[in-house]
Amino acid sequence: MINIELIQKTAESLMAKAAIEIPDDYLTGLQKAANDEDGDLSSFVLEAMLENYVAAKEDRRAMCGDTGCPRWYVKMGNESQIDGGPIALEAALRRATANATKSVPLRPNRVHPLWRTDHDNNVGIGAPEIEYGFEPDGNWIDLVTVHKGGLFGTDYRMLFPSDGIEGIKRFYLDSLVAFGKRGLACQPAIIGIGLGGSKDSCMVLGKRAACLRMVGDRNPDPKIAALEDEFKELGNSIGMGAMGFVGKSMVIDCNIEVGYCHTGGMQMSVHAFCLSSRRAVARIYNDGRVEFRTDPAWFTDYQRRETVEW
Amino acid sequence: MVKDSKPRKIRLSANPTAAALADLRIGDIVYLDGRVYTAREGVYKRVLEDGIAMPMDLPADSAANFHCSPAATQHDDGSFDLGAVTATASFRFSKWIGPWLAASGAKLIIGKGGMSSKDYREHFVPHGAIYLTTVGYGTGALLGRGVKQVSNLHWKKELGLAQAMWVLDVENFGPFIVESDLDGNSLFERENARISASLDKVYEGTRPAVLKRFGETDDRSDEMI
Repeated sequence: MINIELIQKTAESLMAKAAIEIPDDYLTGLQKAANDEDGDLSSFVLEAMLENYVAAKEDRRAMCGDTGCPRWYVKMGNESQIDGGPIALEAALRRATANATKSVPLRPNRVHPLWRTDHDNNVGIGAPEIEYGFEPDGNWIDLVTVHKGGLFGTDYRMLFPSDGIEGIKRFYLDSLVAFGKRGLACQPAIIGIGLGGSKDSCMVLGKRAACLRMVGDRNPDPKIAALEDEFKELGNSIGMGAMGFVGKSMVIDCNIEVGYCHTGGMQMSVHAFCLSSRRAVARIYNDGRVEFRTDPAWFTDYQRRETVEW
Repeated sequence: MVKDSKPRKIRLSANPTAAALADLRIGDIVYLDGRVYTAREGVYKRVLEDGIAMPMDLPADSAANFHCSPAATQHDDGSFDLGAVTATASFRFSKWIGPWLAASGAKLIIGKGGMSSKDYREHFVPHGAIYLTTVGYGTGALLGRGVKQVSNLHWKKELGLAQAMWVLDVENFGPFIVESDLDGNSLFERENARISASLDKVYEGTRPAVLKRFGETDDRSDEMI
């Protein structure tokens, strides 16, 4: 049985880790981009970002002043048991979000869309988002927090089978060029692409592709994996770097996730996980053990299952 | 392609002289000393639309308006805990910037992503003001280090922590990049033009969507702001 105070305490640690510590996979990707970059201004920007990550860890302060919108992904092993059940879990995650907003501190970004009411704690109606996944067996729960920033860099479009790969490439480039100008997308970024599903699940797939996969991993479908390689290369050939300056560092990696869609359509979404790709993960076991990591390991075979039965 | 020289690094007062501003070139790297304050849509509406008197003596107290909400909190005893500091995108404040420059006497507008060269020519140039952009978006921890103290927090109750007016005493506060000069030139627009020149080639082998959208453009020199 997993103790609810342990969940809250672990969640508060995750909030701080996400805000302060750049994940190693993204850092390695950015270091490589900085080595390859030859635009003078773009190079200066990447070097400043690398310095910034060090300063954030040394000072234990958030790496970016816009600490994004905290959200939670909870994956439950089928054998996991939570003291108080899912209602207690949700309350613990909301309390942790509010407490960490003050203790880190984070920017209290969340407001009412119309009345702009700000509780100064990143909690409110529908905030933080809490999403769920399940996994066979498993006497544990995974808590994943993502503090995704970004008013810019994301787009959705209903494409059709006749648009083909040429249409997908066009919309991909349009999104990068449009939001890359002046660096509105806070690139170089991890670009997530959702293909198929329905309008809402397409957005969910793209966001999860950006936020819940590691730099360097590949979709298990070899043809999709090849597209991921091609799109990474294509994004970096635009001639645009950090802040929209002349350069070649636009995409740290490109991750694609798909879902079955209406036979007449081919939904597409594009998401950018920014220079402060904030994610942190912990696995809490029924016996109280806690393991921290940075890989959400969200997209398992079970999450991508294609058949009627598992 | 034009090759830039390595960027210059310059220390600048937050109440800069006209001569110091005239010396700046777009693409220079700047670090600030002195006092800056945050003001964005909440403050602009309150001062310019609701006509409420400003809580500071501007520009004597500070000539540097930061488009920012810090990651910070105020404790019950009134003390502050300020972590990271990053700008927010400035183009959204275009409708207020002319009246604000007139009312505040600001010489430095600091933010994310700059504004249009039209805004610079119409509003910044007549007031002798320039725009500094934060770097990368953002170097929040480095900027947080440059804040020596929070000297005041105005309108917390009225506007909330994110929109309140934070008054920050800073030293070696940066880096920032000079985005506009006293003639109203824009670094971002210069870079856009250079990149646009080769975009047709990048787009080879792609095709416009069969279902169009209102307002759609195939002119890739267009901007979103």
